[in-house]
Amino acid sequence: MRQGICPECAAGVPLREDTVLHELLTCPECGTALEVISLSPVSLERAPQVEEDWGE
Amino acid sequence: MRIALFCSLVRPEEKGLLEAFRRRGVAVEVVHDRSAVLEVGAADGWRRFDAVLMRSLSPWQALHAAQLLQDLGLPVINPAAVIHTCADKLLTTAALVRAGVPTPRVRIAFSPEGALQAMEEWGYPVVLKPLLGSWGRLLARVNDRDAAEALLEHKEVLGGFAHGVYYIQEYIPKPGRDIRAFVVGGQTIAAIYRTSDHWITNTARGGRAANCPVTPDLADLCARASAAVGGGVLAMDLFEDPRRGLLVNEINHAMEFRNSVEPTGVDIPGAVADFVIRVAREGWAAAHAHPLPQEIGRWNGSA
Repeated sequence: MRQGICPECAAGVPLREDTVLHELLTCPECGTALEVISLSPVSLERAPQVEEDWGE
Repeated sequence: MRIALFCSLVRPEEKGLLEAFRRRGVAVEVVHDRSAVLEVGAADGWRRFDAVLMRSLSPWQALHAAQLLQDLGLPVINPAAVIHTCADKLLTTAALVRAGVPTPRVRIAFSPEGALQAMEEWGYPVVLKPLLGSWGRLLARVNDRDAAEALLEHKEVLGGFAHGVYYIQEYIPKPGRDIRAFVVGGQTIAAIYRTSDHWITNTARGGRAANCPVTPDLADLCARASAAVGGGVLAMDLFEDPRRGLLVNEINHAMEFRNSVEPTGVDIPGAVADFVIRVAREGWAAAHAHPLPQEIGRWNGSA
């Protein structure tokens, strides 16, 4: 299974086979919300902070 | 057929939508809003798509992207006019009132002094809301004049220009819950009760979801509310007022449903995908169970 590295705590974050670019993941170790910014090679960043007008 | 999923992040909702399109044999591409560059009036590669499902987290960005894309003749779900109305609580209220759809009473003021006068005349509690925003953010139940004065000062000093329009809603004594209805093409496909000990019942704020039966009254009211804002894929929040019955509180143009598929047993992303495909094939007006005003029928690439 592919995995990325959490930029917050350096834990390994497993990626499912069907993971897509810009998917939102949660670090299993520290709970940080992460965004997949590259699949090959796998690269994860902290998910963007919620903006004032974000929502439904 | 090829669909563009225009979004900020691939959350569980977008993941479910991708899967729903794939199950239907429809190609779907994720278009990332922060990476997108659109030239006004230029098709670039966009004509390879038969429709665009707009899921940008920012209504401001969604509105403008939707307008540019539908100007190219692409069906956009939801269209800019629907986003424009639903993203703004005042425009939503105004559309509902114009259509005769029951909704809580709202007063608008344009200064802290005007807002205080409006609240004092009504008496407390009242609810003060920002026009823009979601997930229950910055809602305030104002219980007395002291709280009103403090909140209004904070809004004036700390708020941006959008906080200069003061939206004051009557407080509805909810029975510890409200209703979230999922309305697609005018049909109420599912609904949940959102229950909370807190007066804010959003599931984003900890409200618990349980199935709510879709009664004929609920379906009829939601169809009327859908027509009032131009139709499309909509999530409606309704109050059960002890005196007046169901009231439509707010309408969301980019519904979240991650907590609602399991309690309702309804394939919500599947219903959305079917609607998008139908719009792409038949046009906006034909994809709706209710008639739309003539000017709305012309939106969105519909002949």
